[in-house]
Amino acid sequence: MSEAPLRLLLVALGIAALALVPTLAPPFYANLLIPFFAYSVALIGFNLLFGYTGLLSFGHAMYLGLGAYAAAVVAGVLGIRVFEVVLLAAALAAVVVALPIGFLCVRYTGIFFGMLTLAFGMLAHSFLFKFYHLTGGDSGMRIPRMRILGLEFDAYNKIELLAGPFYYYCLGLMVLAGLLMWRIVHSPFGLQVRALRDNPQKAEYLGVRVRQLRLLAYVISAVYGAIGGAILGFRIGLADPELVHWTHSGHLVFMTVLGGFSSFFGPVVGALTLTLLQDQLQSITQYWRFVLGAILAAIVIFFPRGLAGLAIDTAGRLARRKPSQVAA
Amino acid sequence: MTPLLEAKGVSKFFGEFCALREVSVAVAANEFVSIVGPNGAGKTTLVNLLTGLLLPSSGQVFFKGQTISGVGPIALAKRGMARTFQLVQIFPQLTVAETIAAAVISEEGKQWRLLHALALDAAVTRRVEEVAAIFGLSDRLQHAARALSQGEKKLLDVASAFALRPEVILLDEPTSGVSTSEKHALMRTLVGAAKAAGVKSVILVEHDMDLVAAYSERIVALAEGKVLADLPPGPFFADPHIVATVVGKRSASHAQHQGS
Repeated sequence: MSEAPLRLLLVALGIAALALVPTLAPPFYANLLIPFFAYSVALIGFNLLFGYTGLLSFGHAMYLGLGAYAAAVVAGVLGIRVFEVVLLAAALAAVVVALPIGFLCVRYTGIFFGMLTLAFGMLAHSFLFKFYHLTGGDSGMRIPRMRILGLEFDAYNKIELLAGPFYYYCLGLMVLAGLLMWRIVHSPFGLQVRALRDNPQKAEYLGVRVRQLRLLAYVISAVYGAIGGAILGFRIGLADPELVHWTHSGHLVFMTVLGGFSSFFGPVVGALTLTLLQDQLQSITQYWRFVLGAILAAIVIFFPRGLAGLAIDTAGRLARRKPSQVAA
Repeated sequence: MTPLLEAKGVSKFFGEFCALREVSVAVAANEFVSIVGPNGAGKTTLVNLLTGLLLPSSGQVFFKGQTISGVGPIALAKRGMARTFQLVQIFPQLTVAETIAAAVISEEGKQWRLLHALALDAAVTRRVEEVAAIFGLSDRLQHAARALSQGEKKLLDVASAFALRPEVILLDEPTSGVSTSEKHALMRTLVGAAKAAGVKSVILVEHDMDLVAAYSERIVALAEGKVLADLPPGPFFADPHIVATVVGKRSASHAQHQGS
Protein backbone atom coordinates (compact mmCIF):
# COMPACT_ATOMS: atom_id res chain seq x y z
CA MET A 1 0.00 0.00 0.00
CA SER A 2 3.03 2.31 0.29
CA GLU A 3 3.27 2.19 -3.49
CA ALA A 4 0.56 4.75 -4.27
CA PRO A 5 1.91 7.67 -2.17
CA LEU A 6 5.41 7.04 -3.54
CA ARG A 7 4.13 7.15 -7.10
CA LEU A 8 2.20 10.33 -6.38
CA LEU A 9 5.34 11.88 -4.93
CA LEU A 10 7.43 10.94 -7.97
CA VAL A 11 4.80 12.33 -10.35
CA ALA A 12 4.57 15.57 -8.37
CA LEU A 13 8.37 15.88 -8.39
CA GLY A 14 8.45 15.22 -12.13
CA ILE A 15 5.83 17.90 -12.83
CA ALA A 16 7.61 20.35 -10.54
CA ALA A 17 10.93 19.69 -12.29
CA LEU A 18 9.32 20.24 -15.69
CA ALA A 19 7.68 23.42 -14.44
CA LEU A 20 11.08 24.79 -13.44
CA VAL A 21 12.73 24.23 -16.81
CA PRO A 22 11.74 27.58 -18.43
CA THR A 23 13.01 29.56 -15.45
CA LEU A 24 16.20 27.61 -14.78
CA ALA A 25 17.35 26.43 -18.21
CA PRO A 26 18.00 28.36 -21.44
CA PRO A 27 14.97 28.71 -23.77
CA PHE A 28 16.54 26.07 -26.00
CA TYR A 29 15.61 23.35 -23.52
CA ALA A 30 12.04 24.50 -22.96
CA ASN A 31 11.64 24.63 -26.71
CA LEU A 32 13.12 21.14 -27.00
CA LEU A 33 10.57 19.80 -24.53
CA ILE A 34 7.50 20.93 -26.52
CA PRO A 35 7.77 17.85 -28.78
CA PHE A 36 8.17 15.81 -25.60
CA PHE A 37 4.79 17.09 -24.38
CA ALA A 38 3.26 16.40 -27.79
CA TYR A 39 4.61 12.85 -27.88
CA SER A 40 3.69 12.25 -24.25
CA VAL A 41 0.05 13.07 -24.91
CA ALA A 42 0.04 10.99 -28.09
CA LEU A 43 1.75 8.04 -26.41
CA ILE A 44 -0.43 8.07 -23.30
CA GLY A 45 -3.25 7.43 -25.77
CA PHE A 46 -1.20 5.06 -27.91
CA ASN A 47 -0.48 2.91 -24.89
CA LEU A 48 -4.17 2.45 -24.11
CA LEU A 49 -4.27 0.64 -27.43
CA PHE A 50 -0.87 -1.07 -27.23
CA GLY A 51 -0.09 -1.78 -23.59
CA TYR A 52 -3.61 -2.09 -22.22
CA THR A 53 -5.62 -3.47 -25.16
CA GLY A 54 -2.77 -5.42 -26.76
CA LEU A 55 -3.07 -3.92 -30.25
CA LEU A 56 0.16 -2.61 -31.80
CA SER A 57 -0.56 0.00 -34.46
CA PHE A 58 2.10 0.85 -37.03
CA GLY A 59 0.04 3.67 -38.47
CA HIS A 60 -0.58 5.88 -35.51
CA ALA A 61 1.42 8.81 -36.86
CA MET A 62 -1.60 9.29 -39.11
CA TYR A 63 -3.44 10.81 -36.15
CA LEU A 64 -0.57 13.12 -35.24
CA GLY A 65 -0.63 14.29 -38.83
CA LEU A 66 -4.39 14.67 -38.65
CA GLY A 67 -4.03 16.93 -35.62
CA ALA A 68 -1.43 19.10 -37.37
CA TYR A 69 -3.48 19.35 -40.58
CA ALA A 70 -6.57 20.15 -38.53
CA ALA A 71 -4.58 23.06 -37.05
CA ALA A 72 -3.53 24.15 -40.54
CA VAL A 73 -7.11 24.08 -41.81
CA VAL A 74 -8.77 25.70 -38.79
CA ALA A 75 -6.13 28.35 -38.05
CA GLY A 76 -4.63 28.76 -41.53
CA VAL A 77 -7.41 28.22 -44.07
CA LEU A 78 -10.42 29.20 -41.95
CA GLY A 79 -8.50 31.80 -40.01
CA ILE A 80 -9.81 30.77 -36.59
CA ARG A 81 -6.58 31.35 -34.69
CA VAL A 82 -7.72 29.98 -31.37
CA PHE A 83 -5.74 26.98 -30.16
CA GLU A 84 -8.61 25.58 -28.08
CA VAL A 85 -10.80 25.48 -31.18
CA VAL A 86 -7.96 23.74 -33.00
CA LEU A 87 -7.69 21.12 -30.26
CA LEU A 88 -11.41 20.49 -30.41
CA ALA A 89 -11.34 20.22 -34.21
CA ALA A 90 -8.37 17.86 -34.05
CA ALA A 91 -10.19 15.63 -31.57
CA LEU A 92 -13.37 15.64 -33.66
CA ALA A 93 -11.45 14.86 -36.86
CA ALA A 94 -9.75 11.97 -35.08
CA VAL A 95 -13.10 10.50 -34.02
CA VAL A 96 -14.50 10.85 -37.56
CA VAL A 97 -11.45 9.21 -39.17
CA ALA A 98 -10.77 6.59 -36.47
CA LEU A 99 -14.32 5.21 -36.33
CA PRO A 100 -14.41 3.67 -39.84
CA ILE A 101 -10.71 2.77 -39.94
CA GLY A 102 -10.85 1.30 -36.44
CA PHE A 103 -14.00 -0.61 -37.33
CA LEU A 104 -12.08 -2.36 -40.11
CA CYS A 105 -8.82 -2.84 -38.19
CA VAL A 106 -10.04 -4.18 -34.84
CA ARG A 107 -11.52 -7.24 -36.52
CA TYR A 108 -7.91 -8.41 -36.63
CA THR A 109 -5.21 -8.75 -34.02
CA GLY A 110 -1.46 -9.23 -33.90
CA ILE A 111 0.47 -8.86 -37.13
CA PHE A 112 -2.71 -8.44 -39.22
CA PHE A 113 -3.86 -5.47 -37.17
CA GLY A 114 -0.34 -4.03 -37.41
CA MET A 115 -0.17 -4.43 -41.18
CA LEU A 116 -3.64 -3.00 -41.72
CA THR A 117 -2.89 0.10 -39.65
CA LEU A 118 0.40 0.43 -41.53
CA ALA A 119 -1.50 0.28 -44.83
CA PHE A 120 -3.95 2.99 -43.75
CA GLY A 121 -1.05 5.13 -42.59
CA MET A 122 0.64 4.80 -45.97
CA LEU A 123 -2.62 5.60 -47.72
CA ALA A 124 -2.94 8.77 -45.66
CA HIS A 125 0.65 9.68 -46.49
CA SER A 126 0.19 9.33 -50.23
CA PHE A 127 -3.10 11.23 -50.05
CA LEU A 128 -1.38 14.17 -48.36
CA PHE A 129 1.57 13.90 -50.71
CA LYS A 130 -0.31 13.62 -54.01
CA PHE A 131 -3.35 15.89 -53.56
CA TYR A 132 -1.26 18.97 -54.01
CA HIS A 133 -4.10 21.46 -54.52
CA LEU A 134 -5.76 20.37 -51.26
CA THR A 135 -2.83 19.64 -48.99
CA GLY A 136 0.11 21.47 -50.48
CA GLY A 137 1.80 18.15 -51.23
CA ASP A 138 5.35 17.85 -49.95
CA SER A 139 5.52 21.52 -48.98
CA GLY A 140 2.64 20.97 -46.55
CA MET A 141 0.31 23.58 -45.05
CA ARG A 142 1.32 26.51 -42.92
CA ILE A 143 0.09 26.72 -39.34
CA PRO A 144 -0.03 30.33 -38.15
CA ARG A 145 0.47 31.55 -34.60
CA MET A 146 -2.60 31.14 -32.46
CA ARG A 147 -4.10 32.63 -29.32
CA ILE A 148 -3.90 30.38 -26.29
CA LEU A 149 -6.43 30.80 -23.50
CA GLY A 150 -7.70 33.77 -25.50
CA LEU A 151 -4.41 35.65 -25.09
CA GLU A 152 -2.36 37.00 -27.99
CA PHE A 153 1.05 37.26 -26.25
CA ASP A 154 2.03 40.03 -28.67
CA ALA A 155 5.11 40.94 -26.67
CA TYR A 156 6.64 37.50 -27.21
CA ASN A 157 8.41 36.33 -30.34
CA LYS A 158 7.78 32.75 -31.44
CA ILE A 159 10.68 31.25 -29.46
CA GLU A 160 9.70 33.16 -26.31
CA LEU A 161 6.10 32.09 -26.73
CA LEU A 162 7.13 28.43 -27.09
CA ALA A 163 9.59 28.53 -24.22
CA GLY A 164 7.19 30.44 -21.95
CA PRO A 165 3.40 30.48 -22.04
CA PHE A 166 3.01 27.69 -24.57
CA TYR A 167 5.39 25.50 -22.56
CA TYR A 168 3.20 25.77 -19.47
CA TYR A 169 0.09 25.34 -21.56
CA CYS A 170 1.46 22.05 -22.93
CA LEU A 171 2.58 20.90 -19.50
CA GLY A 172 -0.97 21.50 -18.27
CA LEU A 173 -2.40 19.69 -21.26
CA MET A 174 -0.16 16.69 -20.65
CA VAL A 175 -1.12 16.53 -16.97
CA LEU A 176 -4.80 16.77 -17.90
CA ALA A 177 -4.47 14.09 -20.59
CA GLY A 178 -2.59 11.89 -18.12
CA LEU A 179 -5.20 12.33 -15.39
CA LEU A 180 -8.00 11.52 -17.79
CA MET A 181 -6.19 8.40 -19.02
CA TRP A 182 -5.47 7.37 -15.42
CA ARG A 183 -9.23 7.42 -14.83
CA ILE A 184 -9.88 5.50 -18.04
CA VAL A 185 -7.44 2.66 -17.36
CA HIS A 186 -8.79 2.30 -13.81
CA SER A 187 -12.41 2.19 -14.96
CA PRO A 188 -14.47 -0.92 -15.68
CA PHE A 189 -13.66 -0.32 -19.35
CA GLY A 190 -9.95 -0.29 -18.53
CA LEU A 191 -10.20 -3.61 -16.74
CA GLN A 192 -12.14 -5.28 -19.52
CA VAL A 193 -9.66 -4.22 -22.22
CA ARG A 194 -6.86 -5.76 -20.17
CA ALA A 195 -8.90 -8.93 -19.86
CA LEU A 196 -9.50 -9.16 -23.60
CA ARG A 197 -5.81 -8.45 -24.23
CA ASP A 198 -4.84 -11.45 -22.10
CA ASN A 199 -7.41 -13.89 -23.43
CA PRO A 200 -10.05 -12.69 -25.93
CA GLN A 201 -11.85 -16.03 -26.09
CA LYS A 202 -12.32 -16.28 -22.35
CA ALA A 203 -13.26 -12.60 -22.25
CA GLU A 204 -16.07 -13.16 -24.76
CA TYR A 205 -17.50 -15.93 -22.62
CA LEU A 206 -17.52 -13.48 -19.72
CA GLY A 207 -19.65 -11.17 -21.83
CA VAL A 208 -16.84 -8.77 -22.74
CA ARG A 209 -17.74 -6.98 -25.99
CA VAL A 210 -14.32 -7.55 -27.43
CA ARG A 211 -14.65 -5.70 -30.75
CA GLN A 212 -16.55 -2.69 -29.47
CA LEU A 213 -14.12 -2.19 -26.61
CA ARG A 214 -11.18 -2.49 -28.99
CA LEU A 215 -12.80 0.09 -31.26
CA LEU A 216 -13.36 2.49 -28.39
CA ALA A 217 -9.74 2.09 -27.29
CA TYR A 218 -8.64 2.77 -30.87
CA VAL A 219 -10.76 5.93 -31.14
CA ILE A 220 -9.58 7.28 -27.77
CA SER A 221 -5.95 6.66 -28.75
CA ALA A 222 -6.59 8.46 -32.05
CA VAL A 223 -7.95 11.51 -30.22
CA TYR A 224 -4.86 11.61 -28.00
CA GLY A 225 -2.71 11.30 -31.13
CA ALA A 226 -4.46 14.23 -32.80
CA ILE A 227 -4.07 16.43 -29.71
CA GLY A 228 -0.35 15.59 -29.69
CA GLY A 229 -0.20 16.37 -33.41
CA ALA A 230 -1.82 19.78 -32.92
CA ILE A 231 0.81 20.67 -30.29
CA LEU A 232 3.56 19.51 -32.64
CA GLY A 233 2.03 21.56 -35.46
CA PHE A 234 1.85 24.70 -33.31
CA ARG A 235 5.57 24.44 -32.62
CA ILE A 236 6.74 23.60 -36.15
CA GLY A 237 4.29 26.00 -37.78
CA LEU A 238 3.79 23.50 -40.55
CA ALA A 239 1.74 20.38 -41.27
CA ASP A 240 3.62 18.23 -43.74
CA PRO A 241 3.23 14.65 -44.98
CA GLU A 242 6.34 13.42 -43.17
CA LEU A 243 4.36 13.64 -39.92
CA VAL A 244 2.24 10.79 -41.27
CA HIS A 245 5.08 8.75 -42.73
CA TRP A 246 5.32 5.20 -41.40
CA THR A 247 8.78 5.87 -39.99
CA HIS A 248 7.11 8.42 -37.72
CA SER A 249 4.71 5.68 -36.59
CA GLY A 250 7.78 3.57 -35.91
CA HIS A 251 9.15 6.44 -33.85
CA LEU A 252 6.02 6.27 -31.65
CA VAL A 253 6.45 2.52 -31.17
CA PHE A 254 10.15 3.07 -30.42
CA MET A 255 9.42 5.58 -27.65
CA THR A 256 6.75 3.36 -26.11
CA VAL A 257 8.97 0.28 -26.06
CA LEU A 258 11.93 2.32 -24.79
CA GLY A 259 9.90 3.62 -21.86
CA GLY A 260 7.96 0.40 -21.33
CA PHE A 261 4.42 -0.31 -22.45
CA SER A 262 3.59 -2.39 -19.40
CA SER A 263 3.48 0.59 -17.10
CA PHE A 264 1.30 3.68 -17.18
CA PHE A 265 4.17 6.17 -17.12
CA GLY A 266 6.42 4.15 -19.44
CA PRO A 267 5.48 6.04 -22.62
CA VAL A 268 6.12 9.41 -20.92
CA VAL A 269 9.53 8.19 -19.78
CA GLY A 270 10.19 6.94 -23.31
CA ALA A 271 9.18 10.22 -24.91
CA LEU A 272 11.40 12.23 -22.58
CA THR A 273 14.37 9.89 -22.93
CA LEU A 274 14.22 9.78 -26.70
CA THR A 275 13.73 13.54 -27.07
CA LEU A 276 16.80 14.27 -24.95
CA LEU A 277 18.83 11.36 -26.30
CA GLN A 278 18.16 12.25 -29.91
CA ASP A 279 19.20 15.85 -29.28
CA GLN A 280 22.44 14.75 -27.60
CA LEU A 281 23.27 12.10 -30.19
CA GLN A 282 22.62 14.44 -33.08
CA SER A 283 25.14 16.89 -31.71
CA ILE A 284 27.74 14.14 -31.27
CA THR A 285 27.47 12.00 -34.36
CA GLN A 286 25.76 11.90 -37.73
CA TYR A 287 25.22 8.17 -37.12
CA TRP A 288 22.73 8.86 -34.34
CA ARG A 289 20.06 6.67 -35.94
CA PHE A 290 22.48 3.77 -35.78
CA VAL A 291 23.04 4.34 -32.07
CA LEU A 292 19.30 4.63 -31.43
CA GLY A 293 18.72 1.36 -33.25
CA ALA A 294 21.32 -0.39 -31.13
CA ILE A 295 19.76 1.02 -27.96
CA LEU A 296 16.30 -0.20 -28.96
CA ALA A 297 17.66 -3.67 -29.71
CA ALA A 298 19.38 -3.78 -26.32
CA ILE A 299 16.22 -2.63 -24.54
CA VAL A 300 14.06 -5.28 -26.22
CA ILE A 301 16.57 -8.05 -25.48
CA PHE A 302 17.66 -7.15 -21.95
CA PHE A 303 14.83 -5.00 -20.55
CA PRO A 304 11.66 -6.01 -22.36
CA ARG A 305 9.61 -3.97 -19.90
CA GLY A 306 11.47 -0.81 -20.87
CA LEU A 307 13.09 1.86 -18.73
CA ALA A 308 10.03 2.27 -16.50
CA GLY A 309 9.86 -1.50 -15.99
CA LEU A 310 13.56 -1.52 -15.15
CA ALA A 311 13.05 1.25 -12.60
CA ILE A 312 10.08 -0.52 -10.99
CA ASP A 313 11.96 -3.83 -10.82
CA THR A 314 15.03 -2.17 -9.34
CA ALA A 315 12.95 -0.33 -6.75
CA GLY A 316 11.20 -3.59 -5.90
CA ARG A 317 14.51 -5.40 -5.46
CA LEU A 318 15.85 -2.64 -3.22
CA ALA A 319 12.69 -2.69 -1.13
CA ARG A 320 12.92 -6.44 -0.70
CA ARG A 321 16.56 -6.31 0.30
CA LYS A 322 15.70 -4.11 3.26
CA PRO A 323 14.48 -6.05 6.31
CA SER A 324 10.71 -5.86 6.21
CA GLN A 325 9.70 -3.04 8.48
CA VAL A 326 6.23 -2.69 7.01
CA ALA A 327 3.54 -3.97 9.31
CA ALA A 328 0.99 -6.26 7.65
CA MET B 1 -42.71 -28.40 -18.75
CA THR B 2 -40.61 -26.65 -21.40
CA PRO B 3 -36.91 -27.42 -21.04
CA LEU B 4 -34.48 -24.63 -20.20
CA LEU B 5 -32.06 -25.70 -22.91
CA GLU B 6 -32.96 -27.89 -25.83
CA ALA B 7 -31.31 -29.14 -29.00
CA LYS B 8 -33.91 -30.31 -31.53
CA GLY B 9 -32.67 -32.68 -34.20
CA VAL B 10 -29.35 -30.95 -34.70
CA SER B 11 -26.85 -32.19 -37.22
CA LYS B 12 -23.43 -30.77 -37.89
CA PHE B 13 -21.29 -31.40 -40.92
CA PHE B 14 -17.69 -30.30 -41.30
CA GLY B 15 -17.34 -30.60 -45.05
CA GLU B 16 -18.21 -34.20 -45.84
CA PHE B 17 -17.70 -35.34 -42.28
CA CYS B 18 -20.80 -35.67 -40.14
CA ALA B 19 -19.88 -34.89 -36.53
CA LEU B 20 -23.46 -35.05 -35.22
CA ARG B 21 -26.54 -36.60 -36.78
CA GLU B 22 -30.08 -35.72 -35.70
CA VAL B 23 -29.27 -35.24 -32.04
CA SER B 24 -31.98 -34.13 -29.63
CA VAL B 25 -31.13 -33.31 -26.03
CA ALA B 26 -33.13 -31.38 -23.46
CA VAL B 27 -32.10 -30.01 -20.10
CA ALA B 28 -34.79 -28.99 -17.63
CA ALA B 29 -34.49 -26.45 -14.86
CA ASN B 30 -32.82 -27.80 -11.71
CA GLU B 31 -31.25 -30.70 -13.53
CA PHE B 32 -27.68 -31.98 -13.53
CA VAL B 33 -26.99 -33.63 -16.85
CA SER B 34 -23.74 -35.25 -17.94
CA ILE B 35 -22.64 -35.73 -21.50
CA VAL B 36 -20.34 -38.70 -21.98
CA GLY B 37 -18.93 -40.69 -24.84
CA PRO B 38 -15.68 -41.99 -26.29
CA ASN B 39 -13.24 -39.65 -28.03
CA GLY B 40 -14.61 -38.51 -31.36
CA ALA B 41 -18.23 -39.19 -30.37
CA GLY B 42 -19.19 -35.56 -30.99
CA LYS B 43 -19.23 -34.22 -27.41
CA THR B 44 -17.29 -31.07 -28.22
CA THR B 45 -19.41 -30.36 -31.28
CA LEU B 46 -22.59 -30.79 -29.24
CA VAL B 47 -21.23 -28.47 -26.54
CA ASN B 48 -20.32 -25.86 -29.15
CA LEU B 49 -23.81 -26.10 -30.63
CA LEU B 50 -25.49 -25.90 -27.21
CA THR B 51 -23.50 -22.78 -26.38
CA GLY B 52 -24.32 -21.06 -29.65
CA LEU B 53 -20.72 -21.05 -30.83
CA LEU B 54 -21.44 -23.14 -33.91
CA LEU B 55 -24.37 -22.91 -36.27
CA PRO B 56 -26.02 -26.32 -36.75
CA SER B 57 -26.16 -27.65 -40.32
CA SER B 58 -29.78 -28.53 -39.56
CA GLY B 59 -31.99 -28.42 -36.49
CA GLN B 60 -32.25 -25.73 -33.83
CA VAL B 61 -31.00 -25.00 -30.33
CA PHE B 62 -33.37 -23.25 -27.92
CA PHE B 63 -32.53 -21.58 -24.64
CA LYS B 64 -35.45 -20.36 -22.55
CA GLY B 65 -37.68 -20.88 -25.59
CA GLN B 66 -35.58 -18.73 -27.93
CA THR B 67 -33.22 -19.95 -30.60
CA ILE B 68 -29.55 -19.42 -29.80
CA SER B 69 -28.11 -21.13 -32.86
CA GLY B 70 -24.81 -19.39 -33.58
CA VAL B 71 -25.49 -16.30 -31.40
CA GLY B 72 -21.92 -16.34 -30.11
CA PRO B 73 -20.44 -16.14 -26.63
CA ILE B 74 -21.23 -12.52 -25.74
CA ALA B 75 -24.96 -12.80 -26.42
CA LEU B 76 -24.97 -16.15 -24.66
CA ALA B 77 -23.47 -14.67 -21.51
CA LYS B 78 -26.08 -11.91 -21.58
CA ARG B 79 -28.91 -14.41 -21.88
CA GLY B 80 -27.75 -16.40 -18.88
CA MET B 81 -25.56 -19.25 -19.99
CA ALA B 82 -21.92 -19.64 -19.03
CA ARG B 83 -19.35 -22.23 -19.97
CA THR B 84 -15.86 -23.24 -19.06
CA PHE B 85 -13.29 -25.02 -21.17
CA GLN B 86 -11.36 -28.22 -20.80
CA LEU B 87 -8.08 -26.31 -20.92
CA VAL B 88 -7.97 -23.78 -18.12
CA GLN B 89 -8.64 -20.25 -19.37
CA ILE B 90 -7.32 -17.37 -17.33
CA PHE B 91 -6.14 -13.79 -17.80
CA PRO B 92 -2.47 -14.28 -16.85
CA GLN B 93 -1.72 -10.66 -15.96
CA LEU B 94 -4.93 -9.96 -14.06
CA THR B 95 -5.35 -10.62 -10.36
CA VAL B 96 -7.99 -12.98 -9.04
CA ALA B 97 -10.16 -10.03 -8.01
CA GLU B 98 -9.79 -8.41 -11.44
CA THR B 99 -10.66 -11.63 -13.24
CA ILE B 100 -13.91 -12.00 -11.33
CA ALA B 101 -14.59 -8.26 -11.64
CA ALA B 102 -14.31 -8.50 -15.43
CA ALA B 103 -17.35 -10.78 -15.41
CA VAL B 104 -19.21 -8.74 -12.80
CA ILE B 105 -18.80 -5.62 -14.97
CA SER B 106 -20.40 -7.43 -17.92
CA GLU B 107 -23.19 -8.71 -15.74
CA GLU B 108 -23.91 -5.26 -14.32
CA GLY B 109 -23.50 -3.58 -17.72
CA LYS B 110 -20.83 -1.17 -16.50
CA GLN B 111 -18.29 -1.64 -19.30
CA TRP B 112 -18.91 1.77 -20.90
CA ARG B 113 -18.27 3.78 -17.75
CA LEU B 114 -15.00 5.31 -18.83
CA LEU B 115 -14.44 7.61 -15.87
CA HIS B 116 -15.94 5.44 -13.16
CA ALA B 117 -13.44 4.50 -10.46
CA LEU B 118 -13.67 0.73 -10.33
CA ALA B 119 -11.74 0.48 -7.08
CA LEU B 120 -14.41 2.60 -5.36
CA ASP B 121 -17.36 0.62 -6.75
CA ALA B 122 -18.71 -1.07 -3.62
CA ALA B 123 -21.26 -3.16 -5.54
CA VAL B 124 -18.60 -4.74 -7.75
CA THR B 125 -16.21 -5.26 -4.83
CA ARG B 126 -18.90 -6.91 -2.74
CA ARG B 127 -19.86 -9.25 -5.56
CA VAL B 128 -16.22 -10.14 -6.27
CA GLU B 129 -15.67 -11.00 -2.60
CA GLU B 130 -18.88 -13.02 -2.54
CA VAL B 131 -17.87 -15.13 -5.55
CA ALA B 132 -14.31 -15.56 -4.32
CA ALA B 133 -15.62 -16.78 -0.97
CA ILE B 134 -17.77 -19.45 -2.62
CA PHE B 135 -14.71 -20.82 -4.40
CA GLY B 136 -12.33 -20.50 -1.47
CA LEU B 137 -10.27 -17.85 -3.23
CA SER B 138 -10.77 -15.10 -0.65
CA ASP B 139 -7.14 -15.04 0.45
CA ARG B 140 -5.93 -15.02 -3.14
CA LEU B 141 -7.79 -11.90 -4.34
CA GLN B 142 -4.67 -9.79 -4.95
CA HIS B 143 -2.61 -12.62 -6.47
CA ALA B 144 -1.86 -12.63 -10.19
CA ALA B 145 -3.80 -15.37 -11.95
CA ARG B 146 -0.64 -16.76 -13.53
CA ALA B 147 0.89 -17.31 -10.08
CA LEU B 148 -1.92 -19.60 -8.86
CA SER B 149 -1.64 -23.37 -8.62
CA GLN B 150 -3.26 -25.42 -11.39
CA GLY B 151 -6.21 -26.28 -9.16
CA GLU B 152 -6.71 -22.66 -8.16
CA LYS B 153 -6.56 -21.55 -11.80
CA LYS B 154 -9.30 -24.04 -12.52
CA LEU B 155 -11.39 -22.67 -9.65
CA LEU B 156 -10.82 -19.12 -10.83
CA ASP B 157 -11.80 -20.04 -14.37
CA VAL B 158 -15.10 -21.46 -13.16
CA ALA B 159 -15.57 -18.71 -10.55
CA SER B 160 -15.43 -16.00 -13.20
CA ALA B 161 -18.11 -17.84 -15.19
CA PHE B 162 -20.28 -18.08 -12.06
CA ALA B 163 -19.88 -14.35 -11.52
CA LEU B 164 -22.17 -13.84 -14.53
CA ARG B 165 -25.07 -15.24 -12.47
CA PRO B 166 -25.86 -17.79 -15.19
CA GLU B 167 -29.00 -19.91 -15.15
CA VAL B 168 -27.20 -22.70 -16.95
CA ILE B 169 -23.54 -23.52 -16.72
CA LEU B 170 -21.72 -25.92 -18.97
CA LEU B 171 -18.57 -27.42 -17.50
CA ASP B 172 -16.31 -29.01 -20.10
CA GLU B 173 -14.16 -31.56 -18.24
CA PRO B 174 -13.67 -29.31 -15.22
CA THR B 175 -11.41 -31.81 -13.49
CA SER B 176 -9.00 -32.42 -16.36
CA GLY B 177 -5.44 -31.81 -15.28
CA VAL B 178 -6.40 -32.17 -11.62
CA SER B 179 -5.03 -35.10 -9.63
CA THR B 180 -7.43 -37.98 -8.96
CA SER B 181 -7.40 -37.34 -5.23
CA GLU B 182 -8.48 -33.72 -5.76
CA LYS B 183 -11.16 -34.40 -8.36
CA HIS B 184 -13.98 -35.09 -5.93
CA ALA B 185 -13.11 -32.12 -3.75
CA LEU B 186 -13.16 -29.86 -6.81
CA MET B 187 -16.48 -31.26 -8.01
CA ARG B 188 -17.99 -30.78 -4.55
CA THR B 189 -16.85 -27.15 -4.60
CA LEU B 190 -18.30 -26.62 -8.07
CA VAL B 191 -21.64 -28.23 -7.34
CA GLY B 192 -21.91 -26.42 -4.02
CA ALA B 193 -21.06 -23.16 -5.77
CA ALA B 194 -23.68 -23.76 -8.42
CA LYS B 195 -26.32 -24.16 -5.71
CA ALA B 196 -25.06 -21.15 -3.77
CA ALA B 197 -24.96 -18.99 -6.88
CA GLY B 198 -28.50 -19.91 -7.88
CA VAL B 199 -27.56 -21.76 -11.06
CA LYS B 200 -30.57 -23.73 -12.23
CA SER B 201 -28.96 -26.37 -14.41
CA VAL B 202 -25.51 -27.82 -14.79
CA ILE B 203 -24.26 -29.64 -17.85
CA LEU B 204 -21.11 -31.64 -17.30
CA VAL B 205 -18.90 -33.08 -20.00
CA GLU B 206 -16.69 -35.64 -18.30
CA HIS B 207 -14.57 -38.70 -18.95
CA ASP B 208 -14.32 -39.77 -15.33
CA MET B 209 -17.24 -42.16 -14.81
CA ASP B 210 -16.92 -42.00 -11.01
CA LEU B 211 -17.71 -38.30 -11.10
CA VAL B 212 -20.49 -38.78 -13.64
CA ALA B 213 -22.08 -41.47 -11.48
CA ALA B 214 -21.73 -39.42 -8.31
CA TYR B 215 -23.29 -36.15 -9.48
CA SER B 216 -25.54 -36.69 -12.52
CA GLU B 217 -29.28 -36.92 -12.44
CA ARG B 218 -29.25 -37.91 -16.09
CA ILE B 219 -26.56 -39.11 -18.47
CA VAL B 220 -26.52 -38.52 -22.20
CA ALA B 221 -24.14 -40.86 -23.98
CA LEU B 222 -22.97 -40.03 -27.48
CA ALA B 223 -21.36 -42.47 -29.89
CA GLU B 224 -20.44 -41.81 -33.49
CA GLY B 225 -22.41 -38.59 -33.61
CA LYS B 226 -25.66 -40.05 -32.31
CA VAL B 227 -27.38 -40.30 -28.94
CA LEU B 228 -26.64 -43.80 -27.66
CA ALA B 229 -28.48 -43.41 -24.38
CA ASP B 230 -30.30 -40.75 -22.36
CA LEU B 231 -30.91 -42.29 -18.94
CA PRO B 232 -30.67 -41.71 -15.19
CA PRO B 233 -27.47 -43.16 -13.65
CA GLY B 234 -29.20 -46.32 -12.31
CA PRO B 235 -30.38 -47.77 -15.60
CA PHE B 236 -27.39 -46.28 -17.41
CA PHE B 237 -24.79 -48.20 -15.47
CA ALA B 238 -27.00 -51.30 -15.42
CA ASP B 239 -26.75 -51.62 -19.22
CA PRO B 240 -23.51 -53.45 -20.02
CA HIS B 241 -23.65 -52.54 -23.73
CA ILE B 242 -23.80 -48.79 -23.05
CA VAL B 243 -21.09 -48.94 -20.41
CA ALA B 244 -18.88 -50.98 -22.69
CA THR B 245 -19.28 -48.50 -25.54
CA VAL B 246 -18.63 -45.45 -23.39
CA VAL B 247 -16.20 -46.77 -20.83
CA GLY B 248 -14.61 -49.61 -22.72
CA LYS B 249 -13.42 -47.64 -25.67
CA ARG B 250 -12.46 -44.84 -23.37
CA SER B 251 -10.19 -47.03 -21.26
CA ALA B 252 -8.78 -48.65 -24.37
CA SER B 253 -7.83 -45.28 -25.83
CA HIS B 254 -6.61 -44.16 -22.42
CA ALA B 255 -4.31 -47.18 -22.21
CA GLN B 256 -3.08 -46.43 -25.69
CA HIS B 257 -2.26 -42.85 -24.69
CA GLN B 258 -0.29 -44.04 -21.72
CA GLY B 259 1.50 -46.67 -23.77
CA SER B 260 2.70 -44.25 -26.43
